Amino acid sequence: MTTAAGAARRGALLRPAINDPELKEMLLSLAPSVLPIGIHGIEKRFGALSILSDLSLDVAAGEFLTLLGPSGSGKTTLLMILAGFVRANAGSIKVGGEEIITMPPHKRNIGMVFQNYALFPHMNVFHNIAFPLKQRRVSAAEMAERVERALDLVQLKDLGERRVDQLSGGQRQRVALARAIVFEPRIVLMDEPLSALDKGLREHMQIELRNLHRRLGMTTVYVTHDQREAITMSDRIAVMNAGRIEQIDQPEALYARPQTKFVAGFIGESNFIPVECRNGSVWYADRKLRMNDPAPSAGRHLMVVRPEKLRLLAHADQAGINALPATVGDVIYQGDSFICYATLRDGRQVTLRDYCRSDVLAKLPAPGEPITLGIDAQDVVLVADQ
Amino acid sequence: MSIGSASLSNIGRSDGVLNADALRADARRQALGLLALLSPGLFLVFAVIIVPIGWLFWLSLFDETGQLSLANYARFFEQASYIKTFATTFKVAFVVTGTCVLFGYPLAYMLAQLPRRAASVCLIFVILPFWTSVLVRTYAWLVILQRKGLINNWLIDLGLIGQPLPLANNFAGVVIGMTHIMLPFLVLPLYASMKTIDVDCLRAGMNLGASPAATFRQIFFPLSLPGLASGVVIVFVLCLGFFVTPALMGGGKVIMWAMRMEQATSLYSNWGAGAALGVVLLAVTLALLGLFQWLLGARATGVWSQR
Repeated sequence: MTTAAGAARRGALLRPAINDPELKEMLLSLAPSVLPIGIHGIEKRFGALSILSDLSLDVAAGEFLTLLGPSGSGKTTLLMILAGFVRANAGSIKVGGEEIITMPPHKRNIGMVFQNYALFPHMNVFHNIAFPLKQRRVSAAEMAERVERALDLVQLKDLGERRVDQLSGGQRQRVALARAIVFEPRIVLMDEPLSALDKGLREHMQIELRNLHRRLGMTTVYVTHDQREAITMSDRIAVMNAGRIEQIDQPEALYARPQTKFVAGFIGESNFIPVECRNGSVWYADRKLRMNDPAPSAGRHLMVVRPEKLRLLAHADQAGINALPATVGDVIYQGDSFICYATLRDGRQVTLRDYCRSDVLAKLPAPGEPITLGIDAQDVVLVADQ
Repeated sequence: MSIGSASLSNIGRSDGVLNADALRADARRQALGLLALLSPGLFLVFAVIIVPIGWLFWLSLFDETGQLSLANYARFFEQASYIKTFATTFKVAFVVTGTCVLFGYPLAYMLAQLPRRAASVCLIFVILPFWTSVLVRTYAWLVILQRKGLINNWLIDLGLIGQPLPLANNFAGVVIGMTHIMLPFLVLPLYASMKTIDVDCLRAGMNLGASPAATFRQIFFPLSLPGLASGVVIVFVLCLGFFVTPALMGGGKVIMWAMRMEQATSLYSNWGAGAALGVVLLAVTLALLGLFQWLLGARATGVWSQR
């Protein structure tokens, strides 16, 4: 199911459905040549400190790939190496098959949106956007036309004469974006471009950036530490931790089937329940767990259960559902949903979340009450317990 | 419904005057309180700026015999030596400011590029001369630059020159000595403004296709201009009123405005003439500041422009 959705999404991306012929022509003229990026064996050390170790990653042509990770995970360093501002100790970066690892930044032809936008304060909006065209010796007439089109694309028509300090945060963001794509770069990099905006505008820009990407189809590498942003916007997400890629997958797969404890903990909320694998089946305490995935052969594992995948069961034995007896600790009402903290038999705390539908609200458990928690067999995900 | 609207309009009417006088009185009290807090500062400004300058202006209106006259100002137009001094003063100020920019810009740029720790060590070397008296530094330059000074001796010993170069007791000596003393006044504001230039702006420049040289020319240099302008103005204005170094290094050949003032007051005891020189220097300096501000635009400099 998740794979199908992802494929459909990527299909839409490669074949933008645009009916208006005028708009189509405008977009085609702006659309950069779409190229894949191949990153292989990147090493980066600062003194004895290793920032990136043997990092490899392939970005498909036209893909929107997000590097997601906590601060210090090396995601920004990787972006800086891609842009050419930081020199790697080893590795290869190929854009459309061409090696660029030693190419100086001004020859790489890569568009970049900076975290603080990095607009030139001594130039107005027009000259900011025209800057890359000026460096490429584009004629004045063509420059004016292309800047006009880029302004149009980011919905800033008629703002060309404004000074940068007269713009709002969202407008600056759009100017930075227009400047990064006006010269038809081979790929576009974005370094937490929305982190300076307030929540409402950020969510609006997420959708806008995603739509723009779908229309222009440029290969994009996006860096963020905001998992929700990554899930909203990306074709694929590479979760980074301590200089390595922990898992790279489509958002749906990443959320539903995390492969490591770090990924499960970093993306969304998780309950970790220790389980034991023996004789080809998985045991929690003295219960054999029902699961769809094949059981790992042996070793200590953790069962990852998202709070919204836990259910309150009316009676214990149902086919395809694992039942865990527990005691209610606290119930917190949050308007649209409620959170129930419960304690399992072994003393482990778990969290359950559900929407406040009327039938659920009518049967909300009280603190201290014994309950049975249910987990669908298809929702049982195991990760190694490191 | 009708009762509600009636009572609302009632409230509206009484609201207009409710406590209005008391609130106005309170605002007045607050304004007076603030004025009282400001008064020590205002008094200081009055005592150390307004009064002396007014007195200077007053003094300049009396000739040697104590008669009220404009003779002191008429002298500027009548005596060629005054005009020559005036021209020399500006020539020195321009040349010194120019050499300061020539040496100071690369120096400030280097400091701004260095890692923080190295930069702070180097900054100490820029500031260090501040802790030594101007007199001592000027004499040191005399020792280095004079006919049988360090530089001439070395050059002659190396066989590069036959005759000692005229480095001291002339215009060149004044420029060398003053440049050394003025350099920190240019470097410090320039360095401070260069440090505020966002590294990402320079990265963005390169990312967008500008070579390092083009990035410097089109982004770094324009963004450093406000700091350069402040430094230039400070150096230029300080040069106009400079006394010690030109007096010692000029060897009596380079007469600047401040030296003329000293002559008028201590040599000829003509306080009126000295005061007139001071007033003219002040007026010219203010006019120049105005001109700078007009030329560079209030926004670009940020020195005077918090209007």
